Amino acid sequence: MAQESETVAEARRQMEICNACRYCEGYCAVFPAMAMRRAFTAADLTHLANLCHGCKGCYHACQYAPPHPFGVNIPLTFAELRQEGYARHAWPAPMGRLFARNGTVVSLFAAAGVALALILAAALQDPAVLYAAQTGTGAFFRIIPYWLMVSLATLTFGYGVVAMAMGARNYWRETGGLGGALSPAGAGEAAVDILTMRNLGGGGHGCNDVDDGFSQRRRWLHQALFLGFMLCFAATTTGALYHHLLGWKSPHAFLSLPVELGTWGGVLMLIGAAGLMQTKIITDPGPVSRKVLGGEFAMLGLLFLIAATGLLLLALRHTGAMGVMLALHLGLVFAFFLVMPYSKMVHGLYRGIALLRNAKEKRTRPVAASA
Amino acid sequence: MADLSRTYDVLVAGGGNAALCAAISARRAGASVVVAEHAPRAMRGGNSRHTRNLRALHAGPTGVLTGSYLEEEYWDDLYRVTGGRTDEALARMCIRASEHAPAFLESCGVVFQPSLSGTLSLSRTNAFFLGGGKALVNALYRTAERLGVVILYDTEVQHIALKDGFATEAVVSHRGFPARIRFKAFIASAGGFQANRDWLRKYWGEAADNFQIRGTPYARGRVLRDLLDQGVQEVGDATQFHAVANDARAPTEDGGLAMRLDCVPFSIVVNRDGERFYDEGEDVWPKRYAIWGRLIAQQPGQMAFAITDAKARTDYLPPVFPPHAADTIAGLAAQIGLDPARLEKVVADYNAAVRPGTFSAQTLDDCRTEGLVPPKSHWARRIDTPPYYCHPLRPGITFTFLGVKVNERARIMMADGRPSANMFASGEIMSGNILGQGYLAGFGMTIGTVFGRIAGEEAAKLVRN
Repeated sequence: MAQESETVAEARRQMEICNACRYCEGYCAVFPAMAMRRAFTAADLTHLANLCHGCKGCYHACQYAPPHPFGVNIPLTFAELRQEGYARHAWPAPMGRLFARNGTVVSLFAAAGVALALILAAALQDPAVLYAAQTGTGAFFRIIPYWLMVSLATLTFGYGVVAMAMGARNYWRETGGLGGALSPAGAGEAAVDILTMRNLGGGGHGCNDVDDGFSQRRRWLHQALFLGFMLCFAATTTGALYHHLLGWKSPHAFLSLPVELGTWGGVLMLIGAAGLMQTKIITDPGPVSRKVLGGEFAMLGLLFLIAATGLLLLALRHTGAMGVMLALHLGLVFAFFLVMPYSKMVHGLYRGIALLRNAKEKRTRPVAASA
Repeated sequence: MADLSRTYDVLVAGGGNAALCAAISARRAGASVVVAEHAPRAMRGGNSRHTRNLRALHAGPTGVLTGSYLEEEYWDDLYRVTGGRTDEALARMCIRASEHAPAFLESCGVVFQPSLSGTLSLSRTNAFFLGGGKALVNALYRTAERLGVVILYDTEVQHIALKDGFATEAVVSHRGFPARIRFKAFIASAGGFQANRDWLRKYWGEAADNFQIRGTPYARGRVLRDLLDQGVQEVGDATQFHAVANDARAPTEDGGLAMRLDCVPFSIVVNRDGERFYDEGEDVWPKRYAIWGRLIAQQPGQMAFAITDAKARTDYLPPVFPPHAADTIAGLAAQIGLDPARLEKVVADYNAAVRPGTFSAQTLDDCRTEGLVPPKSHWARRIDTPPYYCHPLRPGITFTFLGVKVNERARIMMADGRPSANMFASGEIMSGNILGQGYLAGFGMTIGTVFGRIAGEEAAKLVRN
């Protein structure tokens, strides 16, 4: 085991204060999970940090928050601990270093992806085709050939999925996974927690999105982004099924299933990504780690641009701008696939595992002595 | 910038629960209200910042309280802890009004924890604030601001201009600048004097230097002293305070709740001379924690040492600071500066006196000593399994009991027995009216809420007429 980082030591110091106080037990899953322990190994802290949804309720309620000398700031400390974990679990291992400069890397990948797509499009087509309005079946493939689009998509998406799965495996190994078999009831509870993001509810009334007042703003915006993302994914999948099973080639009509799914998904993604970025800008900076902000803004920005270019592509697909727009959109999407395993996107996997483990622990571990 | 040239209807001195309940109530009744909070914004809220619950009368289960807790039981509990040193009329009024306190606080945005949590032994009598006292304080300030109460942080009320029981203006230090605030009615909610070591030293001498102040360092008693010096009637024993067994290594001020140790029932506790001085297992800890601060304050050097062994480690809450640990009693004594031979003998005598029994951490079990002075009545197990542990203890003072006399309408009483024309009080500054000695968990917040509401409503009513 490598030497523990300062963040691990700091998280342990803070958890030991929290475990003697326990005022926050009603806020989220972190504090009852903490109360099941009397000592905190690095693996315990990784688990607790990934269980934390960053709702910031505990910071605003904390009698020991800065400027108190104890300086307890769980949302900030756990965000940094998560970030260190993302880097440690990344596959292949050297790529973990990208997390340290996550914002820059995401931006560079996106820029490179777009440039590559544009160059390819331009190189493969003579300008007359690229800038001419294309209509009818197979219009997209006259810009970027079908074989190229599919191979790039398969390669980048496949890489992203494999790398994320390997990262999850590393996380699982380090934290001990679920620590045993999970009952169906436990799995059901964890599934509800994941889908409803109950732990962004601050115990029912919402979390401290902006200041010491409560709201459900981030929860709704995240749901919009997540749902939008899944709708877009469904749109692409439907499109592929149409192509291969039914022989219906794109572009599809506006009222067709793939276009409807993609349109509404794109709109939800725009709302979610823009809203989350705005919330990050206006929120009280006290419980926010500046170290992770760059990567978070870059990822939200990338998702926003993917949705925006997708919708623009739809709007301009009968015009001469379609070619460039298609290249832009595909470039961003492929860049996203490549950068996904080294971005905030991994949080969903690790948090899912943490919630599953928590459901298991709640059913098997007793709470350490309480007052 | 707040306008200090105008005359406000009501000035509230203080910034904790009692002050905010008064300010909100006065504002809701139509008065213009200014709150002078000595602390900066980040440290606002007085001792309320460190609290967790409030004791409330209720006839049946509510969303946040289990079972029922009626007036006679509440009164009996209060009578027992105060040894009868209370004002029955005021106390019963407060107990009856406590029934409405949780709903009032909810109307101010305070969120209570659902009563489901089985681990809290107080869930029948006490309603718990979700997130604790600072979350409550945040909600109260948001409500006050929304209603248009003017909040002045970093503003210490230093003197009240008072003539024949009628107050006209306050001399304050506002963000370091001298200023005056004129008002028609004054509400004193500025707490006790526990953070004023010079004042404590008057009663406790040098021992006061060894006390830890658990809560806000801003409770310096300036308003209390000023009022008492100007002919306001005093109430409560100046030497009395609420104090608990704190970790000796805690910060001297503002260490808060997490510094308290609940290992006493599962330990033997000796003083600096290696002598036991009180029955550690007299009763369950929620009924005994409030006497141990004072017990330790009376020991030489205001120090005590809870000695226990590996068996007991998981019977109490994990402490913030790790205990001293050693494989022998003598080794442990050397670490903490006690006479090793003396501590070995105390432990040996105790071990010899322990009678067999069935240990149960959460209930009054039958593990006790026989022939030992003082006895250990419950949870007495031999200290024989290394490593041996020591948690060093000091008195942690929560608040002092000396206060201003009030009547049942929260009106401050003058030394000549007449009520003041326009001064009211709520919270720790007047809790000595009801708490002559001892303490009931969550009762301070009850007094603050009940008298805060009354003071605010009465002050607004006075101003309107």
